[in-house]
Amino acid sequence: MTRKQRRLTIIGGSLFVLAVAAALVLNAMRDSIVFFSTPKMVAEKHIQPGKRFRLGGLVQPGSLVRGDNLIVRFEVGDGSAALPVSYQGILPDLFREGQGVVAEGALDASGVFKADTVLAKHDENYMPKDVADALKKQGLWKEEYGGPSKGGNTAARAVQGEQGAVR
Amino acid sequence: MIAESGHYALVLAFGLALIQSTVPILGARWRDFSLMNVARSTAVAQLIFVAASFAALIALHVSSDFSVINVVENSHSMKPLIYKITGVWGNHEGSMLLWVSILALFGGLVAIFGNNLPISLRAHALAVQAWIASAFYLFILMTSNPFLRIANPPIEGQDLNPVLQDIGLAVHPPMLYLGYVGFSISFSFAIAALLEGRIDAAWARWVRPWTLVAWIFLTLGIAMGSYWAYYELGWGGWWFWDPVENASLMPWLAGTALLHSLVVMEKRNALKVWTILLSILAFSLSLLGTFLVRSGVLTSVHAFANDPRRGVFILLILCVFIGGSLSLYILRASSLKQGGLFAPISREGALVLNNLLLTTACATVFVGTLYPLALEVMTGEKISVGAPFFNLTFGPLFVPLLVAVPFGPLLAWKRGDLLGAAQRLIAAGIAALFVMAVVWAWTRGGSTFAPIAIGLALFVIVGAVIDIAERIGLFRLPAGLALRRARGLPRSAWGTMFAHAGVGIALIGIVCETSWNSENIRTMRPGDVTNIAGYGLKLENLTPHQGSNYREMAANFSVLVDGRVIATMSPSKRNFTTRSGASTTEAALLSRGASQLYISLGDIAADGSIAVRIYHKPLVLLIWLGPVFMAFGGILSLSDRRLRVGAPKPAKSMRGLQAAE
Repeated sequence: MTRKQRRLTIIGGSLFVLAVAAALVLNAMRDSIVFFSTPKMVAEKHIQPGKRFRLGGLVQPGSLVRGDNLIVRFEVGDGSAALPVSYQGILPDLFREGQGVVAEGALDASGVFKADTVLAKHDENYMPKDVADALKKQGLWKEEYGGPSKGGNTAARAVQGEQGAVR
Repeated sequence: MIAESGHYALVLAFGLALIQSTVPILGARWRDFSLMNVARSTAVAQLIFVAASFAALIALHVSSDFSVINVVENSHSMKPLIYKITGVWGNHEGSMLLWVSILALFGGLVAIFGNNLPISLRAHALAVQAWIASAFYLFILMTSNPFLRIANPPIEGQDLNPVLQDIGLAVHPPMLYLGYVGFSISFSFAIAALLEGRIDAAWARWVRPWTLVAWIFLTLGIAMGSYWAYYELGWGGWWFWDPVENASLMPWLAGTALLHSLVVMEKRNALKVWTILLSILAFSLSLLGTFLVRSGVLTSVHAFANDPRRGVFILLILCVFIGGSLSLYILRASSLKQGGLFAPISREGALVLNNLLLTTACATVFVGTLYPLALEVMTGEKISVGAPFFNLTFGPLFVPLLVAVPFGPLLAWKRGDLLGAAQRLIAAGIAALFVMAVVWAWTRGGSTFAPIAIGLALFVIVGAVIDIAERIGLFRLPAGLALRRARGLPRSAWGTMFAHAGVGIALIGIVCETSWNSENIRTMRPGDVTNIAGYGLKLENLTPHQGSNYREMAANFSVLVDGRVIATMSPSKRNFTTRSGASTTEAALLSRGASQLYISLGDIAADGSIAVRIYHKPLVLLIWLGPVFMAFGGILSLSDRRLRVGAPKPAKSMRGLQAAE
């Protein structure tokens, strides 16, 4: 092989691999991306049953019902709308009524959101970013979501509150 | 007093870094050796001061000095000593201090062991190292000072986030940072080469051990983090394609590519410009990882630091260093002399293929990680890119890579014999096909993917062993001679074998865990028995227990095989009284060979029943054994005489060695 041919082989091979990768990425983008919605957006957009999405909002206080076989039902609301959710399994450690939650799954025919994952919050003053943004957009953001309202050392707390607000 | 001294030491380190980043460059310009040598002394002094600063922060945490905000927010007087120490880097400020300490450590090591580097190369590299350090010192001093005092010290601290109170955390971040920051050395050398406009095979020989050290730590750090998530987060997942994990995977992929291209450059003096680019990319991706984790732009389990000022500052550092280095690269790369070309079918060709696939795979991870962010910034639409995306993109790119892995070492430099390599790999191919058939028959009706992937993994492992067997003439020559040849083989050859086999081992673990994981989620009362994968699990009782800064409820299980108790397992649920009722789930693990039983607890209901989650994870330990093999291979390769850190032989004798191979 001449120098030119060698170089062309290598360049051609590289372009081929890159093209394959681009095709894979575009293909995967089409099929495997999950959108995020709040209950209000669900009502407005008329999401089809069976289409997967992420639902975010606050667990409505008093809506949590535990059934047999670890089936739990609760409502996720965003102030203007609420959506019933059902989930089978163990809820994350920090799942609480009145706190933010993100669930992934799809609507069933009766309009109940069947979640197969309920995302864990790993810190008591951590609110999922999607939820915080959506709440802020709708003017429902409360400062105490930013951090636990515990007494003492106000300087540190003020910093944390600010952090919460930007999340 | 300690806090002020620590702060002062940090400011001094910053000052030294500023000197180190300018004087040696001027020295190199004026060809003044004493000015160039300033780089060495300042690098060592900088290391001493930043180490003092870091020690001061540890002392503050250990003595629970609650007049310092950082200690108040992340410590508690009742916290066990080990977590008082590890808590130092369990928060944003402390982890950034660890970051610069490691940066200074690498700089100091180059200064101390770099005696036989050309003096101007060393001056340039250490100056570039100091640019990075200055930027990060400034970042810490301006936005994340860990030594800030508080006006009204509280009596007690707020304690460290309970999920972080774990021995895994003691090891994971320092390892990961040693990896991330270690790539700064190859970056600095690459920039130094561009500044000098000179690069040769010797450059690769100096850079390779440093890159190898960084790569070893990064490999172990990623594996450690994955194992930590597996047992601490309580749901048995070991890789989530979480942006923070991707942030560590991207530099690893680029670094792995860099290690391989450095070999080509060292042996054949080719791929120079590409190697420089990879050095820049590997460290840029490390910086990107630091940005993603530390700025809080992402929602993820690691986001314990959030402050827009910090985010903007790190973004600025990111832009300056990545933008600056790439601009310099564009300006100067063409002036570097190109090396020789080679046939596509050759060892070099195989390594180019390796680089191509690794960097492309890295690019897909990059797209998947940053696309949601970009989309949100531009359109406001929120999406999540999860495991399905990466399985569809990263997976297919790794298949040809794994097929090619065993061929690489069997091909000769310059012009290889593909047919000959294939013939030598027939045994591996047969073994792979055989195992594929057996697994397929055994799990009939299951996924077709699993047997194929296991066959592929076996092909990689057997292929790695065959390479060594061929080289020492195992079974071809008398055993004694083969043994002697095995002893004479360069350690880097053994390193290659272990690292490549490690990839196959990890793949077997990954496939077995994802394909044949069994799960049993239910509520149990004391006395109940449930079954999983041939094991019986009996819940004996629930016992409360008081820890130093938490209360826990442990559930005691007996593990039964054929009605006989073989072990007990006690998962627990901890409530941290010190941190407003935060709770964690401590999973219990029982290893049986490389497989594990995994129990974690859910809520305790009012009627005394408890929700449990039981998994049987076949061969799951191989997932982490693989990276351990890879790292061991790296260590072997590092101990190779030719590559001992800082001890490159003069070019002439190297050539002789090279010809002998």
